[in-house]
Amino acid sequence: MGGQLGFGPVPVVVGGEPAFHAAWEARVFALSSVLLRAGAYNVDEFRDAIERIPPETYLRTSYYERWLMAIEDLLEAKGLA
Amino acid sequence: MSHAEGGNSESHADLPVAARVRRLEERVVAAGLTTDADLDAYLTKFLERASPMNGARLVARAWTDPAFRERMLADGNSAAAELGVGSADPARQGFQLRVVENTATVHNVVVCTLCSCYPLALLGPSPSWYKSHAYRARVVREPRVVLAEFGLELPEELEIAVWDSNSEARYMVLPRRPDGTADLDDEALTRLVTREGLIGTALV
Repeated sequence: MGGQLGFGPVPVVVGGEPAFHAAWEARVFALSSVLLRAGAYNVDEFRDAIERIPPETYLRTSYYERWLMAIEDLLEAKGLA
Repeated sequence: MSHAEGGNSESHADLPVAARVRRLEERVVAAGLTTDADLDAYLTKFLERASPMNGARLVARAWTDPAFRERMLADGNSAAAELGVGSADPARQGFQLRVVENTATVHNVVVCTLCSCYPLALLGPSPSWYKSHAYRARVVREPRVVLAEFGLELPEELEIAVWDSNSEARYMVLPRRPDGTADLDDEALTRLVTREGLIGTALV
């Protein structure tokens, strides 16, 4: 993603934004953090799982949907849940 | 792996996203990896504690205490621990904190091109623009143009250094102390520092 052009201007909104835009986003955030802390995977693995999402899926999914996909993928790959 | 189109039934990719999250949570709890109470407690603590006020306190102290500034630039984690807003141990904190100082000749700006890593505890929940494709893709290519979209027009002679987060390091900008603030105490200085100032998309 770094260095690519063509995404248009940055959607600048400074302040007044909720931490999460939906309750499920907060749950994904908490799941990811707690699973990291529990040692289910590490930050490298999590970042790699996001990077492995195919570009066409990556671009059409939202930020926390990609986190969700990464968690699902890692847990399945490791046979943890 | 399972990111391929048409996924398998385990990923529940066809369910509405909130139901998918709930399903995942149930599986994770059933597997004994965490509990609903743990998840609730983590979230409550995060929302209570993670705030740009923490980063602002570090900055204000650095402006008024040169020895602290030196320590913070050398070892961000220890400096955060000194003020009770982090752990001195990077492994415990979850990242190595690297503070990058704006000077008369260099302006720093932080990005995570891969996702949106940044020191959450010190900067608070990340804004949507920080997670956006446009910011992550473009700030490393044309930082001056991107900063102008935030209303920050920097002189051509000022060098811009862009710091891309990685799995170990998280960056925070130490902004320059504004003129005319010599008589302000740490608390008043803290109130001047914004999250955008700590990321580098604004001056303080």
